[in-house]
Amino acid sequence: MRFQLIGVNHKSAPLEVRERLAIPESRLPDTCRELTAYPGIEEGTVISTCNRVEVVTHTTNGHADLRGFLHEHFHLKPEELDAHLYELREKDAVRHLFRVAASLDSMVVGEAQILGQVKEAYATARAVGAVRGQLDQLFSRAFAVAKRVRSETAVGSSSVSIASVAVELAKKIFGTLQGKNVFIVGAGKMSELAARHLMAHGCGSIFVANRTYERAIGLAQKFDGQAIRFEDLYATCDRADIVITSTGAPHAIFRREHGEQFLSRRKNRPMFFIDIAVPRDVSPEMAKLDGIFAYDIDDLQQAVTSHVADRRKEAERAEAIIASEVEKFEARISTLDVVPTIVSLQDHLETIRQAEIDRVRGRMGQLTPEQEIAIEALTRGIINKVMHTPITTLKSAAKESEATTIVDVVKRLFNLQVKGKEPAAQSATKKEEVGTRQ
Amino acid sequence: MSLLWLRFALGCYFVGLVYAFVALSRTSDLFSRIALHAASLGMVFHFVSLTELFLSGQVVWASVHNGESLLAFLSMTFFMVIYTIYKTTSPGVVVFPVVFFLTFVAAVDQQPVLLTAFVSHKGWLIAHIMLIFTGYAALLVSFGASILYLVQERRLKAKKPTSLIGFLPALEVIDQIGYRSLLLGFPFMTLGLITGSVVAITAPSIGRVDFLDPKILLSVLMWAVYMLMVFTRWNSGWRGRRAAFLATSAVVAALAAWAANYFSAMHRFIS
Repeated sequence: MRFQLIGVNHKSAPLEVRERLAIPESRLPDTCRELTAYPGIEEGTVISTCNRVEVVTHTTNGHADLRGFLHEHFHLKPEELDAHLYELREKDAVRHLFRVAASLDSMVVGEAQILGQVKEAYATARAVGAVRGQLDQLFSRAFAVAKRVRSETAVGSSSVSIASVAVELAKKIFGTLQGKNVFIVGAGKMSELAARHLMAHGCGSIFVANRTYERAIGLAQKFDGQAIRFEDLYATCDRADIVITSTGAPHAIFRREHGEQFLSRRKNRPMFFIDIAVPRDVSPEMAKLDGIFAYDIDDLQQAVTSHVADRRKEAERAEAIIASEVEKFEARISTLDVVPTIVSLQDHLETIRQAEIDRVRGRMGQLTPEQEIAIEALTRGIINKVMHTPITTLKSAAKESEATTIVDVVKRLFNLQVKGKEPAAQSATKKEEVGTRQ
Repeated sequence: MSLLWLRFALGCYFVGLVYAFVALSRTSDLFSRIALHAASLGMVFHFVSLTELFLSGQVVWASVHNGESLLAFLSMTFFMVIYTIYKTTSPGVVVFPVVFFLTFVAAVDQQPVLLTAFVSHKGWLIAHIMLIFTGYAALLVSFGASILYLVQERRLKAKKPTSLIGFLPALEVIDQIGYRSLLLGFPFMTLGLITGSVVAITAPSIGRVDFLDPKILLSVLMWAVYMLMVFTRWNSGWRGRRAAFLATSAVVAALAAWAANYFSAMHRFIS
């Protein structure tokens, strides 16, 4: 495993640094090409999101100068960048990529967007041939691990912002939000955010009432909604299924009698009040009515806190899955490293076998079909028996640190020429190419 | 042989019964899938049992146990229709135990409990039983939905964050299940009572409808509550506690009408 990863994320670098490293989508293919042309790098891709920029590579010897690549590519001095960088190799790099894909390294643990972004980075690099062998396997496995984490843990199941909790609650009441009407009372920033979330989930029309009518008009225009005069609030509020209220009123503006009126006009269809005002806009008496569901800022905050705690617990389970997947992946990749040697050994012995059979044929003349079968069975049996121990040893050694030594010994003993370019030779060729270009 | 198939069905429904009890305390997707498959398999056995009984020509339409078996099968059919539309197994919390109980009684106790009514028009009797039982199955589902509505409403009002990850569907979905079952069941129940009256009038041993007979009186009362439920829902959109109260009253009236089979002069069980 010669994986190397370098990058910055929301924990290691401030936004100003991440901004300087961000790579626009249109420039990703070229960056991937540059990356694979860099000395010591066989395959590579770049994951660039608002929270992270990471270079993931498979290198020729596990010690490629990825910092150098970043300095050159972004025209940054080491002192500007190095303090914010983290660099991981082999197993640690694999673990990190698995964690990123599974959204365990995200700012909001469990958010689903990151997996799509990693997939895009992979697809872009694959399209330009920057990902093909080992890195291809690594990413495919990372996607499978992310899927496993999602299906076996609840790490991505609950929302973690007040706006998204409000949407989740609304869905628990109404099922689908398609066609549901929203009423914003008091044109505050938080109401606007919550309304934006609700509209993004399919809510229909939006009404806005504010003491300053002009502000209501301004906000309504943003959502293509309808501004309502504050004095018409009680006459029109029952048209909404969801009411987001955040006025600065010193006392509750929605009282029990209002709730009863609304329910009567709505034929008891439920109403959901998201009360983010302090002091509260919805009186506790009104909230007791059947069909009125009122959540104040503390209720929503409590839901958020609880979801964050739930996610943390689930993240621990996810980490255990990732640890076991890293082990499995390492074992698989190590076995792949010895496969060319095994194939070469098999070819070598098969060549010897065929040559010996031809020699016998030349000496004994035409053989009967029975003799042919007997010789074939005999020689193949001998070859299989001879091969058994070296192959088993190679496969089991693949998982150990001594794998390279054993592979070398086998190659020397049998004088094997392993098919495909040797990593060192490949690296030398690439260095020469780069040198010529410069 | 019909009884053997019914007992296989009972075994499958037992899984549903366990699911119903487990679902009250904790949720599991896997278990709900297992319960659904077991219930589907149970329905296949149950269908084979009913078909075999019918084809054997020995079916006694007025046998109480055959009636219970038919009612269990229709309730299960209702549940499956709801699952197909809404993809939720939660009504099973109410439906599975009732279905298990009905199938259990039909499969275990095989004393030939019959109704006294001897009728001349078999077609009317079959129509009466099928219609009434479909109405009962719809009422059962509607009752279950009103209970689930109450539970979900309480959970949402309690504002406990963990309640967000419940196995119950959204409040409006539960409401739709209940209301649609109610609307669907009402014509069946009404037509069932009308065909029952025809059966009574045409039966040589009865010849009339006696509204003072406990069976008739309680059946009419049940129908009235049923109609009240439909009306209040349609007119005032009654949901939650009030709807649950009415649904419970209708179910109690239905049970009372069933129990009246032991006291009625016109519609009485004999062993």
